[in-house]
Amino acid sequence: MSFAQSWDFTPGVRVVLDDMRQCSREYEWLEEPHVSPDGERVAMVAALPDPALSVAVNGEVWEATFEKVWYPRFSPDGRLTVLAQTDGEWTMVVDGEPWEEQYAYIWGTLFSANGDIIAAPIQQDGKYGLSVNGTPWETLFDNANQVTLSRDGSAAAAVVQVKSPAQADIAAFQEGIFSVAVNGVAWDSIFVNCWAPTFDPAGKNVATTIRRSLYDYSIAVNGKAWTGSYACAWGPVFNPATGAVAAPVRKAGAWGMAIDDAMAWDIRYGQLWHQVFSPDGSKLAAIAAVSFGDFTVVVDNTPWDIVFPVVTDLTPSPVGNRFAALASNHNSDFAILCDGKVWAGRYDMAYPPVWSPDAAHLAVTVEKAGRFTVLVDGKAYPESFDKCFDPAFSPDGSKVLIRAVAGGKYHRIVAPVAAFTG
Amino acid sequence: MKTIADRLIEDVGLRRGVDRLTPEKIQKVFKELVAGECGARMKTYMETCVRCGMCAKACHYYMSHKDPSYTPVAKVSQTMWRLFDADGKVDPKVIYECAQVAYTECNLCRRCIHYCPLGIDTGYIISVVRRLCHKLGVTPQYIQDTAHSHSATMNQMWVKDDEWPDTLQWQEEEAREEFPGLRIPLDVEGADFMYSVIAPEPKFRTQLIYQAAAIFNAAGVSWTMPSTPGWDNSNMAMFTGDSEIMARIERAHYETAQRLRVKRIVMGECGHAFRAVYDVGNRWLGWKWHPVPVVHSVDFFWQLIQEGRIKLTHKYAEPVTIHDPCNIIRGRGLMEKLREVTHFLCENVVEMTPNREHNYCCCAGGGVINCGPPFKNVRIVGNSIKAEQLKATGVHTLVAPCHNCHGGLEDIISKFGLNMHTKFLGDLIYELMEKPEAE
Amino acid sequence: MHALFNLAVGPLAWLAFALFILGSAYRLMAMRALALKKDASFVAYISWPHALKSLAHWITPFGALGWRENPGVTVVTFAFHICLFLVPLFLMGHIALFDAFHGWSWPALPDTVADTLSIVVVAACLYFLWRRIAVPEVRFITRTHDWLVLALVGATFLTGVLAYHRIGDNLFMTTLHILCGEAMLVAIPFTRLSHMLFGFFSRGYIASEFGSVRHAKDW
Repeated sequence: MSFAQSWDFTPGVRVVLDDMRQCSREYEWLEEPHVSPDGERVAMVAALPDPALSVAVNGEVWEATFEKVWYPRFSPDGRLTVLAQTDGEWTMVVDGEPWEEQYAYIWGTLFSANGDIIAAPIQQDGKYGLSVNGTPWETLFDNANQVTLSRDGSAAAAVVQVKSPAQADIAAFQEGIFSVAVNGVAWDSIFVNCWAPTFDPAGKNVATTIRRSLYDYSIAVNGKAWTGSYACAWGPVFNPATGAVAAPVRKAGAWGMAIDDAMAWDIRYGQLWHQVFSPDGSKLAAIAAVSFGDFTVVVDNTPWDIVFPVVTDLTPSPVGNRFAALASNHNSDFAILCDGKVWAGRYDMAYPPVWSPDAAHLAVTVEKAGRFTVLVDGKAYPESFDKCFDPAFSPDGSKVLIRAVAGGKYHRIVAPVAAFTG
Repeated sequence: MKTIADRLIEDVGLRRGVDRLTPEKIQKVFKELVAGECGARMKTYMETCVRCGMCAKACHYYMSHKDPSYTPVAKVSQTMWRLFDADGKVDPKVIYECAQVAYTECNLCRRCIHYCPLGIDTGYIISVVRRLCHKLGVTPQYIQDTAHSHSATMNQMWVKDDEWPDTLQWQEEEAREEFPGLRIPLDVEGADFMYSVIAPEPKFRTQLIYQAAAIFNAAGVSWTMPSTPGWDNSNMAMFTGDSEIMARIERAHYETAQRLRVKRIVMGECGHAFRAVYDVGNRWLGWKWHPVPVVHSVDFFWQLIQEGRIKLTHKYAEPVTIHDPCNIIRGRGLMEKLREVTHFLCENVVEMTPNREHNYCCCAGGGVINCGPPFKNVRIVGNSIKAEQLKATGVHTLVAPCHNCHGGLEDIISKFGLNMHTKFLGDLIYELMEKPEAE
Repeated sequence: MHALFNLAVGPLAWLAFALFILGSAYRLMAMRALALKKDASFVAYISWPHALKSLAHWITPFGALGWRENPGVTVVTFAFHICLFLVPLFLMGHIALFDAFHGWSWPALPDTVADTLSIVVVAACLYFLWRRIAVPEVRFITRTHDWLVLALVGATFLTGVLAYHRIGDNLFMTTLHILCGEAMLVAIPFTRLSHMLFGFFSRGYIASEFGSVRHAKDW
């Protein structure tokens, strides 16, 4: 399933917006530019003199205006959502059409992979939960955070507060007041804390990090806690093939990987996090510190033999067993790591790696001295820009869509992989 | 001679904690802690302290009380030495005493390092006492509640996920009345810096966010604030001894900045938060230095002034004095920049003595003020030396670029009738700057 | 008594030096290993330039805040430690012993100077004794261990002074002096006196933290 099938991948440069400041109405400011996945539209929040706020898409301002507008985001299928306030009430506005329901507040829009499902956390009358395609959970909670939506959008989960102790009642807190709610229904089990709930790809199972006492960390899957007790634990992930749950856990001052309540990688890392499975579930990779200050990527418990002060953005390929990541010297001199090798260039900033659908190529947006460009397999596009949004590959992986701003113009560029020669 | 046992204060959290302890439980936890987390530093400090007592004069508590049980070494003597002497097998009431010393009679200000020829880090030793107390569940109620808040919301004051962006949007709206076109830019990827604050700002001191936005707006800088958790840079778990939660908070803060692809994090005028982000969190998480560079407001204002981005309509005419917050002076060496900024803003700066790295602590930091009302008097009467120091300057305006210092100093000023008021640098800049867009 | 004297200057001296040197080496290496194992996220910041700069201030009288604020302790501490090193190493009597047993020799201090310095050490010990008794903040933290260590150092130098001035039975006093000195040597790696081994490192470490991380002086 790829929406890119329908995108225009004719090689060439097209100026979609002649002037990023162009606007069909008089405005005070245009900000927060977001570009549609196909690169055909630029959306910005527009402050109109009324005073009112609205949204300009390729310079055309929506008819509807609002008291406040924020968080413009395109769904994977190209619909434009914003969060907007009217008469003091908030709602989601999709392509200019507000949801019927309004809320005291709404934030943090989430999408299913195919864009069918749009969900967002809401607050109504001091109660918290999610609204999914405009329908709020039947039960709202005293608090709900760390919301997550399954890949297919069939289920949404959040950490929810299920008891209401008095202010500063530390005893009650330590007896447990948190749980995880799936589609608005909380688990029976209650914990001191829950963190980072996550779904399996089918949206049938949820795993979360828990704290059973101030000192007893573990993982719970569908409300059932592991027996293993750890000094700390980070968020779990599901193996997409087997459904096994993997989580970094800490014991005796070091980290290892536990899978399904048993130690899988020995406790030997100074840090271990951001673990990801390859799509077929055959490989497990994570970012790790092999000694103090020395980070790398570990695949199936074997560290790459290159270390950096900081490693981030570990990204598995969509097929096969390739892994890419970014490294930096404390946020400067960014390098791109791919399958244990480091690309030659160093940059002031690098953005999350993007794999081609066949995993043959890797693209990364980079910035150096204020100029942006896109790298493919370590080689740069010959031109640089004032700003680049994330690149995208054509379905066959042979071409790259670059969405870039230069000289106040917004460009949509399609370049064959061979054009990246710098 | 009097000891901590003669001045115990009743606290719900401490009482509940010790009620559930036995000497055997204490010993087990103590021995695990020493074996698991203490290394050469603790061993050296425990063994080599020659008990010379030179550190006495370092401590504002001792200088205020002139009671030998308040010296830095006496605090170690009444806590860690006792525990080591008994191999951890002590009566639960000893843990109550240890906790009260560690949480309320030491600000971890590190002034005593300037007094100990052997360089013994009493602040570290007291932090380990706190760590033990945390592991034993003996922590003062109020600060423990903030640690709980951190764990559940990633901020110190139970601010919920909607309240934060809502507050920023409200402040932006207010500020636009004064500065048309002003933005508090949320989640702007690739901005020059992420501005982070402590949770009391959106909760009680929104004016500070307003002022910061006004200053950044006037200075024309590229900045952003996250709309998500990770915005709060404060960290009380660091002070309760809950290193795991401390680290979880710092991870959220750093990873938020990484996600936003900012070049650096600029932090509001807070000291303990700076310590957590700059000196503590990165180590536990395994980063030698900060995954995203960390700049305190004092440093940032200094840079803005160097670049000519802040222009004043006039200077503050009344004489001011400067309080040097431990966590950015002994913790980051910003003493000269703090002076340059203050002199840029004020006509007449009267130094208090001692100053710079040798300044006396406000007595609120290190989590002491966060232990709440039961211990309020401890930190006020425990810092009469500060009141004398302030009074000797003869001025009425006190510049203190730290939240905890503000709280602590205001209480001292009020208790000792000093007729002073405290100001953040941001207060002064906002008051004095040219407001280009003002109509 | 002669037998004891011979034992003291012979096998016991060997033993004392061996325990002192090997013990010190062991303690230093063990502590280093412990630091690398358990304090990795602190050892990583050790910076010799910062450590040396700070140590230069701390080995200078009144060169650090603590010294300036405690002038009496400062004067006595410096006098005490300087004499404590000079006298054992450069006293004619000690060199003569080394010469006799090993054929090693090096320039000596004039006897009257060495004698005066020894008396300074004894006087310093008395000052420390007075502080432990009379100064409340020192009394509060004084334990048996501190009395014993002070007594050991004081007795070593006192017996030395008495022996030199031939007060009391000279053989007895000299033997006692040697035994005390040997006990002191052995005590260095295993008691509070180990600050002689570790003090420079603990100061150097915190100086590194202040210098390279906190950009602030620690003196």
